[in-house]
Amino acid sequence: MNKTSNKFRHLVWPLVSLALLLLFNAIFTDNFFKIEIKKQDSAQAPSVPGNPPASGTSWITPESYENVSDPTEAAAKAAAEEVEAAKQTVKESAGQQAVPEKKDDKGVSIFGYYLYGTPIDILNQGSKVMVLAIGMTLVIATGGIDISVGAVMAIAGAIAALLISMLDAGTCIGAGMGPSVYWIIPVLAALVLATIAGFWNGMLVAGFGIQPMVATLVLMVAGRGVAQLITDGQIITFDNPGLVFLCNGHALFLPFSVWIVVAMYVIFGLLTRKTAFGLFIESVGNNERASRYAGIEARRIKWLTYVICGFCAGMAGLLAASNIKCADSNNAGLNLELDAILATVIGGTSMAGGRFFLSGSLVGAILIQTLTTTMYMKNVSPAIVAVPKAMVVIIVCLLQSPVFRAKVLSIFASKAAKGGVQ
Amino acid sequence: MKKFKFPMRYVPISATILVFFIVYLIGIISFENFGSSKVFLDLFVDNAYLGIAAIGTALVILTGGIDLSVGSIIAFTSILIAKMIASGSNALVAIALALVIGILFGMLQGWLIHCFSLPPFLVTLAGMFFIRGCGFIVSEESIGIKNDPVFNFIQNDLTIKLGKGMNLRFIVIVYIVVLVAAIFFSQRTRSGRSIYAIGDNELAATLMGIPVGRTKIMTYTIAGFCSALAGVVYAIYLKAGNPLNCVGLEMDAIAAVVIGGTLLTGGVGYVFGSLFGVLVLGLIQTLIVFDGRINSWWTRIIVGLLVLAFIFMQNLITKISKSKSKSQ
Repeated sequence: MNKTSNKFRHLVWPLVSLALLLLFNAIFTDNFFKIEIKKQDSAQAPSVPGNPPASGTSWITPESYENVSDPTEAAAKAAAEEVEAAKQTVKESAGQQAVPEKKDDKGVSIFGYYLYGTPIDILNQGSKVMVLAIGMTLVIATGGIDISVGAVMAIAGAIAALLISMLDAGTCIGAGMGPSVYWIIPVLAALVLATIAGFWNGMLVAGFGIQPMVATLVLMVAGRGVAQLITDGQIITFDNPGLVFLCNGHALFLPFSVWIVVAMYVIFGLLTRKTAFGLFIESVGNNERASRYAGIEARRIKWLTYVICGFCAGMAGLLAASNIKCADSNNAGLNLELDAILATVIGGTSMAGGRFFLSGSLVGAILIQTLTTTMYMKNVSPAIVAVPKAMVVIIVCLLQSPVFRAKVLSIFASKAAKGGVQ
Repeated sequence: MKKFKFPMRYVPISATILVFFIVYLIGIISFENFGSSKVFLDLFVDNAYLGIAAIGTALVILTGGIDLSVGSIIAFTSILIAKMIASGSNALVAIALALVIGILFGMLQGWLIHCFSLPPFLVTLAGMFFIRGCGFIVSEESIGIKNDPVFNFIQNDLTIKLGKGMNLRFIVIVYIVVLVAAIFFSQRTRSGRSIYAIGDNELAATLMGIPVGRTKIMTYTIAGFCSALAGVVYAIYLKAGNPLNCVGLEMDAIAAVVIGGTLLTGGVGYVFGSLFGVLVLGLIQTLIVFDGRINSWWTRIIVGLLVLAFIFMQNLITKISKSKSKSQ
């Protein structure tokens, strides 16, 4: 019993915060937990990647949905809710500095049915930070930090958009495969390039022994320049169904991006907890020299975590580009490195390194996104959302700070002592 | 070789100055009029706010911490001043209020960092979000400062005329005064030397009896003040406030400090170096503007490479001095 409670102790505070937030929403936000099962319009249902929807004009009108969850509900009410939801979508995307066409404008779904509602939307929008947080957790666990992930996201999105536009124009090898297949090329290219960026960071940190914050600062400053160099300073838009599917499509009732997060979590969870790799990471984070004496290739372990972080950033960059169907080198992933670090720290991973919790980071990312979405639903301007976000961060950090706990405890203790004397 | 004893600690700052002169020389050779005193003065005018912000950042980095809230405080201060003037209050009151808020905010950050031993990175990160959001609460749109008597006075009368149409503008004077004060503070006062001691080894500083907590909180307070002052200068420079301004400026300030020869682990470097760091950044920008053919994103790449070069140099120097002390 005691063992299990210890195992999940790090999750207590983030989960309590999340529960409070959800409770607040349950009471004060109408229809927050309403999840509907939507069915794709029959005309568009079989359009798995390969049947590109006419770009920009493929908005599915609310009437084309079949409301499965509550067939007796009056059609007018359903339509009204749709409008409400659409409003939220627009608000959401305004906050993400994205083009307003976002959520329901894809004609792609594998089995025709998918869940639809605010919690699902939180998962979809939070997928980028969740993917980033997985990589960031491993890096922070070694006692390092990677502040270049936002710039790497921009690079990954830029190369994907550039390649897909070249493929569409037929000026790149592989264009003969047809748009239903060749979207895999930009995806792979983006992931490879992002992994190389991670390799570069790892080289500076582990190879040359530069402090992580400084080493990744280089790519953070230069990365956006590189991304703009790739896109020639333009914002490249694309509507390849395969690429758009990544963050806008649905599979097995959930947004496809959620499945990407699940896949990454399972892969890296197994890699770190079912092999010795996780133990090595924690050991290096705890005491690099001691682990080297113990025979662990400390440098290689550190290097590898940066490579993984780069890979995760590439995936997040693909999701970000896919979400808004374009690569904006200036704004893609802007400040997302901060969100990823926050998610990691909220999840109980210590900035000093030495222990990490992938599940905690995911909960942290969901917490941040829930907070953001709640604000949007309460008509708070996207720009002001930063204020409560900052407060939550400080409160969670204080709750996790041993010094703060000791001080609060000592206040209680002294009060109790005084009470005892009197 | 042995006769030439150039102190190792002066190498980075000399390299910075050398880089500055090389870039300047490239500019003079490539473009006529680049060497004109007007261009040189504009370098200061255009970068005065960055320079003031970099002074605060340099002091914080010397203690081994970091301050990410710089850009947001500048944006907040400028929009607060613009909004207060637009709603009819005296500009001097607005400036004073902005400075007080900057000081208090810096103090709060320092207090959180020291008293609860939270990582500076996280606290100032949250501070950055917080104060940027506050800027948007003040106003979501850019506000111009028009026909304000104080601002007109600053613009027209508070300049030192150097002759030949050259003017030393007020914001440049402010920058130079703050820079000199900061150099004096860091080199010649007890608190300033404590900053170096803490940055070098906090535990040792504590054991030596240096008031670590007070010094750290003071440093973050000074950084908050510098950021707020940079915001005031920015408002004077642009005659407007915008909550969207200066996103990512903290990274420019950190880059300037690193290029200026300060070690990010703390304890090593000079506030004076930040001047040349800022000037090098400004020169690169000016060069790209003069050229007109190069795209502006090259600025970021070149700055990134420069940062990298200086980091490598610092690392090398640290290693050399370590091996020297070992051999002794």
